[in-house]
Amino acid sequence: MKVKAVAQNNVVSVKILVQHVMETGRRKDETGKLVPGHYITEVNAQHKGERVFQAELGPGVSKDPYLAFQFTGGSVGETVTISWVDNKGGTEKADSVISAV
Amino acid sequence: MDGSFCKQILMKEVGMGVSRRQFFKSVAGTIAYAAVISAVPERVFAAWNQKAFMSETMAAAIAAKYGNLPIEDSAAIQIKSPEIAENGAYVPVSVATTIAGASNITIFSEANFAPLVASFDILPRMRPDVSLRLRMAKTANLVVLVQAGGKLYKAVKEVKVTIGGCGG
Repeated sequence: MKVKAVAQNNVVSVKILVQHVMETGRRKDETGKLVPGHYITEVNAQHKGERVFQAELGPGVSKDPYLAFQFTGGSVGETVTISWVDNKGGTEKADSVISAV
Repeated sequence: MDGSFCKQILMKEVGMGVSRRQFFKSVAGTIAYAAVISAVPERVFAAWNQKAFMSETMAAAIAAKYGNLPIEDSAAIQIKSPEIAENGAYVPVSVATTIAGASNITIFSEANFAPLVASFDILPRMRPDVSLRLRMAKTANLVVLVQAGGKLYKAVKEVKVTIGGCGG
């Protein structure tokens, strides 16, 4: 997962790029067998112990999901923590230090 | 890249041509996974709204997500998306709203097998402005609902999806 967090005037812009198959569960492989669904269901972000982003996703989100959002009250040098879970219990967590524009 | 190759990829991505039975099989699998996830103690994630995400119509998805809150059209929701998406597998979409007290933004692609794409809770420090890339099965309306208080506000924008085309 790649995370970029940039602060300007107390507003932090966060961009997230996750490597994930986001398999819809409706695609067939070469042998005609259905590929089981495998997709991220929830993503959230924490800053200074407070949740600042909370999203529910489904199979309609593109492969290797890109997400962007903004929150207030963050400064350069502080940390944003991004976590996600998928429908198979897979999970990933990443810390990103907020940088200047 | 030639056109037919692109078409193949696109059809793979949007999962066309799958029977109803197969769909329900995959739903059953998902339910099993959800049961495993919810058994993990100290969950840091809110409960994923499986029923809403698996609904096959807009109406069913909205009912599962919001119950029957009243819906009215709003000009205070901005949807940024390409007029023509060359590849339905990656449609960039941004949504922002100026509606006071907005607590949730939910994005639907009307013609998708499961129309509910993503739902964002607008937390106290979060700005009501989100971007993502989503899949669109074919030319259709993007529908955005914003919840504020006990009401839903709606905006619609059409995206033309070029099936089998790589642009140009």
